[in-house]
Amino acid sequence: MSTGRKILLLHLGVLATLLIIQFALPPYHHTNVARIMVLAGYAIGYNVLLGYTGLMSLGHAMFFAAGMYGAGLPVYYLGVGAPAAFGIGIASGSALALVFGLMALRTSGPSFLIVSMMFGQAFFLATLYFNEITLGDQGFILSEKLAPLRFGGTALGFHEPAVKYNLALAIFAACLAASLALRLSAIGRVLIGIRENEERTRLLGYDSFKYKLVSLGISGALSAAAGAGYALLFSYVGSTFATILFSIYPLLWALLGGIGTVLGPLVGTALMFYLVDTVSGVTSSYLLFVGAALIALILWFPQGILGTARSRWLPWLP
Amino acid sequence: MSAFVLALTALGLSLVFGVMRIVNVAHGEFYMLGAVLAWACADAVGTPVAGFLVAMLVAPLAVGALALAADRWILRRIDYHPESTIVATIGLLYVVQQAVLMLYGPDARPVTPPLYFKIEFPWFGYSGYKLVVAAVSALLLGATWLLITRTRLGLYMRAAQQDLEMAQAFGVPARRVYALVFALGAMLAAVAGVLIVPIEQAHYLMGLDPLLLSFIVVIIGGLGSLRGTLVAAFAVGLSDGIVSVFFSPTLAKIVATLLVAAVLVVRPGGLFGEERA
Repeated sequence: MSTGRKILLLHLGVLATLLIIQFALPPYHHTNVARIMVLAGYAIGYNVLLGYTGLMSLGHAMFFAAGMYGAGLPVYYLGVGAPAAFGIGIASGSALALVFGLMALRTSGPSFLIVSMMFGQAFFLATLYFNEITLGDQGFILSEKLAPLRFGGTALGFHEPAVKYNLALAIFAACLAASLALRLSAIGRVLIGIRENEERTRLLGYDSFKYKLVSLGISGALSAAAGAGYALLFSYVGSTFATILFSIYPLLWALLGGIGTVLGPLVGTALMFYLVDTVSGVTSSYLLFVGAALIALILWFPQGILGTARSRWLPWLP
Repeated sequence: MSAFVLALTALGLSLVFGVMRIVNVAHGEFYMLGAVLAWACADAVGTPVAGFLVAMLVAPLAVGALALAADRWILRRIDYHPESTIVATIGLLYVVQQAVLMLYGPDARPVTPPLYFKIEFPWFGYSGYKLVVAAVSALLLGATWLLITRTRLGLYMRAAQQDLEMAQAFGVPARRVYALVFALGAMLAAVAGVLIVPIEQAHYLMGLDPLLLSFIVVIIGGLGSLRGTLVAAFAVGLSDGIVSVFFSPTLAKIVATLLVAAVLVVRPGGLFGEERA
């Protein structure tokens, strides 16, 4: 079987599995898996920047939150329908990512990290400062304002678990497809060249700034799509999603699953979601566990699950 | 935050960045640990003066030991790789913060100042303890300055900063220097925490603001430049007060944060730092 075939089958198989297991999952896990799929979309967006391009950001929550507010505010105040709100969310996140990139990509290494963290923090503070509109960390609930999706005569309400699950799957599938397509495309190869050796890639005639900006734009768009989806499907928008912790989560998810692998973010998000879920049932200080996981991963398991699998057994894994 | 306390905290961060070329995201937690230990000492000893003096000794030693352990068991193992170090120190941040939450609880707790007198000017009064803070901080800043410019360890530090490989070739014990610098940076933050706690209360989440402010100071002052850090700490310490008179504190923070990010974008070496490629 050719490599391209194997890759296609693997990813279609993952999506098919996710499609089928919804009929077997008990209600509690049904909602969890829906959440995991949307959050995995966010982790995929983060991984585009960190895994493919080698840029580590500590402010990604602003893109996720931009998608969230971009989708949530028009619904809450103007009664905009879900598809348009979703589009506005993605547009907000992408625009923010491009503006941020035009400034921040002039720096590199630790400076880029600090700049991204500061922009992220400024965005979070802005959501608190404009609390008359955003309702700050109290946030707002969308369910009563959000009109159901209509296809001809059938109305699909966002409160129905099946609608939630399948829309979450659709968002995840779109993120996964974008990530895989980017990874296999010529642009993706240039990005990996930048990650491995930016100097040399520039020497070969590629404008590395432009490529990094494209990567940041895609990463921001995917993160915003996840944020917008999260707001619409789970009906809540609040500034907790803009805190530094929400910039660190996708880093942890991608790290656990395998930085620079296409499916790693899903694996990492799912494992971490259930681990945190279990731990927070035992203690309220579950962030201690998050911190310990970060240290342990970077010390003993920096390649993550799929990164290790790729270097040991599956060299063809994208 | 008083400008002097800010200068101490930022100096610790700047020292670590300057010599070791790593960003310590857990720096604010060392400051928080200092503050919480100061409360614990005051609680255990009883009289405010004795509690303060014990804390000035215990807090930096305990936090320094923790930093040495982190250097030995975490940072050295990942070879001080810049990105890995950041991930590891984020992890350390949460471990320390949540451990304090579990042991000390979520309350903000006050500490009585070790001395209580007011200097009365005709037009305003000035709390005497703030003068103590200024004096102790100035002393420590001066001592650090002397350590860097006049001692053998300081020479090693400057050598490691300029060219690590060359320094090692000349027999500088790089590992020991790194460990000491990391501990020294943490101890400065811890002392700052002890000093601030009679003015602000001790709370397990108090580490984030000084971390961001220290970033601001270090960036404006020039990454790794000691003199720049001092000047910038006072500029930021004063301007934080000035700016918040005109805007709400939140808006002041937003503006300051964005301005500093802009500085780093336009001049990657910092406002007063040397240009680096």
